[in-house]
Amino acid sequence: MTGTPTSRGLVLPRYLREDADQRTPVGFPGYRSTGVRAPLRTPVDLPHRLTEVTGPVLGEDRVVAGDGDLTLRAGGEAQGQRIIVFGRVLDTGGRPVPGALLEIWQANAAGRYRHVVDNWPAPLDPHFDGLGRVVTDPVGRYEFTTIKPGAYPWGNHHNAWRPAHIHFSLFGTAFTQRLVTQMYFPGDPLFGQDPIFTAIPPTARDRAIATFDLSRTQPDWALAFEWDIVLRGVEQTPFETGDDGDVA
Amino acid sequence: MTEHDSPLVRDADETNDRRPGTPRRGTGFLDELSTLPTTPSATVGPYLAIGLTWPDGPFAVAEGTPGAVWLRGRVLDGNGDVVPDAMVETWQADSEGRFAHPDDPRGAVTTPGFRGFGRSSTGDGEYAVCTLKPGPVPDGDGGWQAPHVDVSVFARGLLDRVVTRIYFADEAEANAADPVLTALSEADRSTLVAQPSEDGWRLDVHLQGDAETVFFAV
Repeated sequence: MTGTPTSRGLVLPRYLREDADQRTPVGFPGYRSTGVRAPLRTPVDLPHRLTEVTGPVLGEDRVVAGDGDLTLRAGGEAQGQRIIVFGRVLDTGGRPVPGALLEIWQANAAGRYRHVVDNWPAPLDPHFDGLGRVVTDPVGRYEFTTIKPGAYPWGNHHNAWRPAHIHFSLFGTAFTQRLVTQMYFPGDPLFGQDPIFTAIPPTARDRAIATFDLSRTQPDWALAFEWDIVLRGVEQTPFETGDDGDVA
Repeated sequence: MTEHDSPLVRDADETNDRRPGTPRRGTGFLDELSTLPTTPSATVGPYLAIGLTWPDGPFAVAEGTPGAVWLRGRVLDGNGDVVPDAMVETWQADSEGRFAHPDDPRGAVTTPGFRGFGRSSTGDGEYAVCTLKPGPVPDGDGGWQAPHVDVSVFARGLLDRVVTRIYFADEAEANAADPVLTALSEADRSTLVAQPSEDGWRLDVHLQGDAETVFFAV
């Protein structure tokens, strides 16, 4: 770094901020463990500068063959209802996000995670570890083959059950776009009693629920659920030249 | 730093200057139409280690790289208890203030073995990321930001990530001119400044409490 401060500005992509009433709050009274963990002070607005408009470039180098099929592990087939989970990763401008790493994890068909702190009395499956990774294709599409996870009880409140869900983690292409979330299945009767689901603003809840897609089921093989994921996009500012649009 | 070929870079001009009462470039406030609403976040939950563990996660720079240091610290809850099931992710420039990313308008980083991204669980009681101390980074308005690391903390009990920054105690002059730090009170600034340790730098993240860390909305 030889530079001294210059008068030049760097023209950077500008990521849209979401309305607070469309975002999941960090803390939620019904979700008990947010009580001592969710920060209590109002976060400070951080302008989007170089550190925020860049982010880790993670793609095929994080994925090995077979990572997209969770039903074949340790030399055998997982128990449960085989499903295909597919969709697109888009930004808020509708532009596909290609080459994006998706990491997923989930419980097995009985609702049990292969994790040391999950010890409720449901069976583990020797052929299911619950970990998947894929990279979106050039038009932003992704697809996993897995089994439908089971619901499971947890200690948040009396007789609390988590609706069936798959955890998703995505980076997009910028620090601002980082998203960790959960995908739910349509029509789950457990939604209403689950504070992790009901913490989502009511108008945004549908966006966390996959859609059953008969056309993508595979006869004699697997059901199919579609779930598009939308990351924050780059603002198109009309009084700027077209250059800025190229960074999306 | 004065010549740029990237289309992302051009001289500041009137259209780039902030007019009073309008959002500044790069602040990103929602003032444009967007067509699709975003997918809402959810907690990583207690089982994040299944999906988010990488053997090389803690290494933002390859082990053994000259100048590599360890960033370490605890994540503490409102009772002062260590949070043992959090994940801390870091993103930063290299020693020259460059990012390993194509949207760095000055060109991507050239430091061999530098990923710029670290991911560490707190399962051992603290996060630990092996990295290079970053250099100063342009602020986009002709000035500079002090060396800093952007940090995301994920955990059971957090329905969205929380974002903070790590600055460095030996950068007093740069810190005093940093546009983010100077907007904070002295007490708040201190929650973001790492102190030297035997193998690098140390900063605890306080999710709540009297010393609650300053968190940022991005």
